[in-house]
Amino acid sequence: MGKHEKPKKYGMVINLDMCTGCGACMVACMAENNVPFKEDESDKLLSITWLRVYKLSNGKKFPDADICYLPRPCQHCGGKGDHGHSPCVSVCPATATDYSHETGIVSQIYTRCFGCRYCMAACPYHARYFNWWDPVWPKGMEKYLSPNVSPRMRGVVEKCSFCFHRYQLAMNKAYLEGRRELEEDEYQTACTQACPANAITFGDLSNPKHKVYELKKDPNAFRLLERLGTNPKVYYVSSREWVRRAGDNYLQHEETVKLN
Amino acid sequence: MKIDRRSFLSFIIGGAAGTTLSPLPWKLMDDMSIWTQMWPWTPVPENGEVSYANSTCTLCPGGCGISVRLIDDRPVKIEGTEGHPVNDGGLCVMGLSGLQLLYGQSRVKGPMKRVGKRGEKNWEQISWDEAISMVAEKLDELRSDGESHTLSCISGSDQGTVPELFKRFLDAYGSVNFTRMPSIDDSYELVLKLMHGVEASAGFDVENTDFLLSFSSGILEGWGSPVRMFSANGSWKKSGGKVVQIDSRLSNTAAKADHWIPINPGNEVVLALGLAHVIIKDSLYNKEFITNYSYNFENWKRVVLNEYSPESVEKVTGINKTIIRALAKDFAGAKKPLAICGKGQGKNPGSTSEFMAVHALNALVGSINTDGGVWAVDNDKQNYIQWPDVKKDSVAESGAQRDRIDGAGTENYPYTRYLPNRFIENINSSNESLVKLLFVHGANPYYTLPDTHNVRKAFEKIPFIVSFSSYMDETALNADLILPNHAYLERYEDVPRTRSFNRPIIGLSKPIIEPQYNTRHSGDVIITKEKKMGGSIAAALSWENYEQCLQETLGDKWETLNENGFWVDETFKVPGWKNAFKTPTLKCDFSYNELFSLPHFCILGIKGDDPSYPLALIPYDSMRLANGFIGDPPFVIKTVEDTVLKGKDMFVDINPDTAKKYGLVEGSKVILKTPNGELKVRVHLFEGIFQNLVAAPRGLGHTGYDKYISGKGANVNELIGTFEDPASGHDAAWGIAAQLIKV
Repeated sequence: MGKHEKPKKYGMVINLDMCTGCGACMVACMAENNVPFKEDESDKLLSITWLRVYKLSNGKKFPDADICYLPRPCQHCGGKGDHGHSPCVSVCPATATDYSHETGIVSQIYTRCFGCRYCMAACPYHARYFNWWDPVWPKGMEKYLSPNVSPRMRGVVEKCSFCFHRYQLAMNKAYLEGRRELEEDEYQTACTQACPANAITFGDLSNPKHKVYELKKDPNAFRLLERLGTNPKVYYVSSREWVRRAGDNYLQHEETVKLN
Repeated sequence: MKIDRRSFLSFIIGGAAGTTLSPLPWKLMDDMSIWTQMWPWTPVPENGEVSYANSTCTLCPGGCGISVRLIDDRPVKIEGTEGHPVNDGGLCVMGLSGLQLLYGQSRVKGPMKRVGKRGEKNWEQISWDEAISMVAEKLDELRSDGESHTLSCISGSDQGTVPELFKRFLDAYGSVNFTRMPSIDDSYELVLKLMHGVEASAGFDVENTDFLLSFSSGILEGWGSPVRMFSANGSWKKSGGKVVQIDSRLSNTAAKADHWIPINPGNEVVLALGLAHVIIKDSLYNKEFITNYSYNFENWKRVVLNEYSPESVEKVTGINKTIIRALAKDFAGAKKPLAICGKGQGKNPGSTSEFMAVHALNALVGSINTDGGVWAVDNDKQNYIQWPDVKKDSVAESGAQRDRIDGAGTENYPYTRYLPNRFIENINSSNESLVKLLFVHGANPYYTLPDTHNVRKAFEKIPFIVSFSSYMDETALNADLILPNHAYLERYEDVPRTRSFNRPIIGLSKPIIEPQYNTRHSGDVIITKEKKMGGSIAAALSWENYEQCLQETLGDKWETLNENGFWVDETFKVPGWKNAFKTPTLKCDFSYNELFSLPHFCILGIKGDDPSYPLALIPYDSMRLANGFIGDPPFVIKTVEDTVLKGKDMFVDINPDTAKKYGLVEGSKVILKTPNGELKVRVHLFEGIFQNLVAAPRGLGHTGYDKYISGKGANVNELIGTFEDPASGHDAAWGIAAQLIKV
């Protein structure tokens, strides 16, 4: 970290009441990050989606049935006390995934990864994907690949980077203009930008000037599997209790607690 | 040296220890991971200067602004245009995947003529000259045989310079058979014609409404302009606006609404009138509007009060009468209530009764032409296309005198403009060959029209079909000649209207990249073709080429459009009530019965009252499955859940109780049979659906396009029949009787 910069904790607050499950975030992510595709993507264990929208259901019978969509990017876990002991970082034998104390982003360095998939086993959020095959872009389609993100190869793990290249581009621009800090709108992820429902808010969780700072304190906010101590940086907000319970933070007999 | 056991073991152990301690294995492992990753076929995208170009997306009638990111001259990503009045930065899955369509495998790479049988995928590449001569020859032949009226054109839209060029060509040539693909626009235009007396499109001031009552409209499934509706939905959550969704299935809209009220499908009209009953009875209606601006309200009121009490409505709709009363009070009590209709994405028009009842509901609470209400957006205000009248020769004159093949505008369907469902039906039922030459532009009727079986039959009866599609869709696949248009990112085109938008707006689609293949702008093709034909037809259009035509037509708007990608009428105000109605009485006309001499409002049934079909099949729409004239590109099909599509199998939703009755479990294979045909599908058990209903996704079962979409699932249109609305002739089918057979 440069000595002039304040450490940041980039994260997201996703409003599940507003999320419509349209899938735009998934596609924006694929298009931004050169995510490959295969002829058949219906086996979801093998389908690479850095950000996947899950469909939750309350398990009740008609007409009390209810559904809710939950977009799941990498949670960029900080681990206890944000020391960077996220589940994946702790187990990677190749230092191919690391926790940045500068941004709070969990990186993935493809050229270091040798595909042991230990991190995939460690990640409680299924946020990591393995390239079982070399990606193939049908003839002509490689023309739309973005130079900002290197296409991956067979045998490496990949995952959401919070569009880290956008952070780098924004920082470069700021340095050129003699600034050391970014405005909130200078660095936004592709999914946040594309969301037609404005359900995703992205920013520095520790910066009171950023919208996420207050949003994460919503009484209806929760994180996924909080009790594991992963300390994820993606917050969800839902006014529906059954959705908050779907974050797997409660035993059956426990009551749902509102934050703060 | 003698090798004994001891030295052998020492050597092995020592060797192993030495190797382990040396850097060799680690170096090898490292190298291996590098070597296996350094394949030359892993692409390295070229770097370059970054720029953005603004355009308008034309993949659906939503009219979103797009900003395309370019690396030098290479587009790499499509994003929503920040600050655009329709989508302000947001974009849908299709819009975001546009580059996969541009560079995709399903592009038609040049003009082609069929050599094998239709649909055999046996094509011969020909030159543009040859292709255009082929069409010109056909056209000459028909014209000299006095059969100019047998030329027809099916278009995705009827507005904008390109559809207008097609229309103008047909005019000058001598045919009245220009047909637009069906949608709720047909029904809303009819309602505004009948009740307001205006030629207008319906715009909805959704951003300002505080109570949205949706009669099965998929506001989160792609109704209207999808991204605008999503963003409005987000703003209601923030502002406290309420959404009530009437729906027979727990759609995404229903799940996100404040209240979901399940209804027996097809009975929306009854509920609307039941709500009107309560509003009138409790005197909750807008007295100012009804007293000053309504005509024949008393007659309408009598019918509603006599026949649509909450008790009788409960029996038909399955909705409890206390819910009906409460809903009516909430709706009438809201500051800016708005009721909308048109099922799912609104791909099909609906019953005129239903649209009029819902519009009357808006009228009752005064939500017409007001803040947060439904507006009649005058088509004339958008109409910048002011071309001189076509000078018709004698052939064209006699062609113009004929009735349309679909009967629209004739005695039986006086106010209807296009009836593609009747077009197909009349071709099939006639002994003559009604259509001898068909142009298809911006549409894929072979796939998207309901009752595929009949569409196929009608196509077989048409001797020559020309497709202008950029992609190898089903219609192109079954055409005789393809004259591929540039893809939407390669061409200029004006987009004169955004579905359901409340202000006059024009979008401009601009070429972001040079044409990738040997394609030609359809506008240019029409202009060249006319030149070839000479005489009055050539005289009808004097432009050099399409770009000149577009520039001239847009006049002073051209520059704004070229720069921003859109032009919006800033002077347009909320239309209000005064001088808004152009009916003979200059009031909002409630007199429904007189017009159609129908027994009051009618509930439309569905095809198949045979007891061997105990279930009802309803199609459902999803943002992740494009079901318009363009199919899902690879990124979009990737987002489809595995409870909708698994491998090549499509799933239909049924209630677990229905499943139990048929002995089915999650994933069971069944034959889904309707009077129109049968398909092999699998079942997904879903608690969010009425018993005895089967819901099937639209947008699967393509036979055209590339391997990423083709052959996956089944096309539900194969099973759905049409059901003619007696008042308008529009197709008002919302489903069809069905049965499930376990296999």
